[in-house]
Amino acid sequence: MEMAAGEGVNKTIGFGGKQVLRTTLTYILLLIVCIVTVLPFVWMLSGSLKNQATIFQHSMQLIPTQPLWSNYSDVWSKIPFGTFYLNTIKVSVLSTAGSLISASLAAYAFAKLKFPGSSKLFLLYLATMMIPGQAIMIPQFSIMKHLDLVNTHWALILLHLFSPYGVFLLRQFFIQLPHDLNESARIDGCSEFGIFFRIVLPLAKPALVTLGIFSLLGSWNDFLQPLIYLSNEKLYTIQMGIRYFQQLNGADYPLILAATTMSLVPIILIYLFAQRFFIEGIAVTGIKG
Amino acid sequence: MLRFKQYGIAYLFLAPSLIGLLVFILYPIVDSLYLSFTKWDGLTPIKWIGLDNYRDLLTDDTFKISLINNLYYTAVTVPITIALSILLALVMNVKVRGIKTFRVLYFFPNITASIAVGIIWAAMFTQYGPINTILRFFGASNPPSWLASTSLALPAVMMVSIWKSVGYNAVILFAGLQGVPRQLYEAAELDGAGRFKRFLHVTLPGLSPVIFFSVVTGVIGSFQVFDTVMAMTQGGPGRSTNVLVYYIYNSAFQNYHFGAASAMSYVLFVIILIVTLIQLRVQKRWVTY
Repeated sequence: MEMAAGEGVNKTIGFGGKQVLRTTLTYILLLIVCIVTVLPFVWMLSGSLKNQATIFQHSMQLIPTQPLWSNYSDVWSKIPFGTFYLNTIKVSVLSTAGSLISASLAAYAFAKLKFPGSSKLFLLYLATMMIPGQAIMIPQFSIMKHLDLVNTHWALILLHLFSPYGVFLLRQFFIQLPHDLNESARIDGCSEFGIFFRIVLPLAKPALVTLGIFSLLGSWNDFLQPLIYLSNEKLYTIQMGIRYFQQLNGADYPLILAATTMSLVPIILIYLFAQRFFIEGIAVTGIKG
Repeated sequence: MLRFKQYGIAYLFLAPSLIGLLVFILYPIVDSLYLSFTKWDGLTPIKWIGLDNYRDLLTDDTFKISLINNLYYTAVTVPITIALSILLALVMNVKVRGIKTFRVLYFFPNITASIAVGIIWAAMFTQYGPINTILRFFGASNPPSWLASTSLALPAVMMVSIWKSVGYNAVILFAGLQGVPRQLYEAAELDGAGRFKRFLHVTLPGLSPVIFFSVVTGVIGSFQVFDTVMAMTQGGPGRSTNVLVYYIYNSAFQNYHFGAASAMSYVLFVIILIVTLIQLRVQKRWVTY
């Protein structure tokens, strides 16, 4: 496996038997990993179309003999899935938009403006990236309680709004932009806000998209915060919704899998649409998705 | 005068993010420490009790079990995840047709919500689920019901975490592989180094900064595991899969022991801090830049 691996040396010259064997082995390996990665999802899909009796009787029969599409409508009749989607969309979109705005403004200040305490403040931002969210969730909860925001979506949105990591990521990007751009715009009488909106933000599109996708993913997949803040079923997000459904329907695995499948559809679509950004973004920045 | 105007604009850019940082991150860090010295149920007035919460932790069995489970979880999942990720990164680096599609698929588990992943795997680990069907196929006559076993539930949760994070780490390592200078491989080959030696003396040292990053983020993440436990086992059977964040959540938001839970979150914070500092120190011995 260490073969071509890592060496970056491409040995595809010639079509000898050895080469064919090597390519075949590579594909076998790639496929095995692929099966391990994808099988649980395929099994989920397959199980979601079976019934209680057949799901475990023929647990590896991946194509159900009589797909039970009604499982999906049954889920909808048991819990308000549409409401959960809308709640999640509201929370994720607002918190992503907000965090992009607050992070890009701060990143611009750190990258392009001079002010006293700049480097110390930036160090503070870096330091807070190390704080595990769980270490501060109790005081955050008590703040939200004082603001009377417990059991509202605003609590979740507010907590997602300020991302030290986002500031860090965008600063790294802004700092690479040529300083002359700002200078000449300033000489032309453009205000700082004008430079930011008309010059810097358009140039930073790739970084903004990357951060946006990860922020969206983070709030879409979040479970702990909604669990803490939302007790009213009408406010549940999709992650809470499927967990709630799992609790309600204990051992009805086909239904649980149908609900889980539906919870994954939007994320899968976004991923397939934007996978280039996901993989490059992760590779470049190492953001935790 | 002009300078002050400049500073003002800079602080204006910074303000939204900085206010958020102060209110929702920095203040909670301090408040969390304060709360850890108090007894508070969220309703009645906060009562200062000094070090009692910390003293109680020393004799709290559930805390001890959660801590040990968490250490065990970290000690097993992080090394296995990194080793498998390195292998997968090497595989991903092979130049064959369709490799990009494979990369997209390998990354799939990472974008899906832990809660959904936990639900799917909980179904797969049932007595007659696909895992045991496969085991029976390979001759295990009496495979266990994993999540009902006090000795196997935690390993099952760990397997899922490994499965979920290998793709993510592999992508980062894969990006790291691109950065290992090709000349080093050529030089090593001229010196007569075989594939394994080249891997050991060129690839691994070249990757060491990225491996270090993966270890640090992996350890931090493993101390924060929650969603998977919630979806698969809820800490059980018994307390066999209780982990720190799960116990903190239960103490604070189920039993309203906010003071005690704050003490635990501070312990968690300090553990993560110490482990990270140790890693920063030790890295000088094995990470080559």
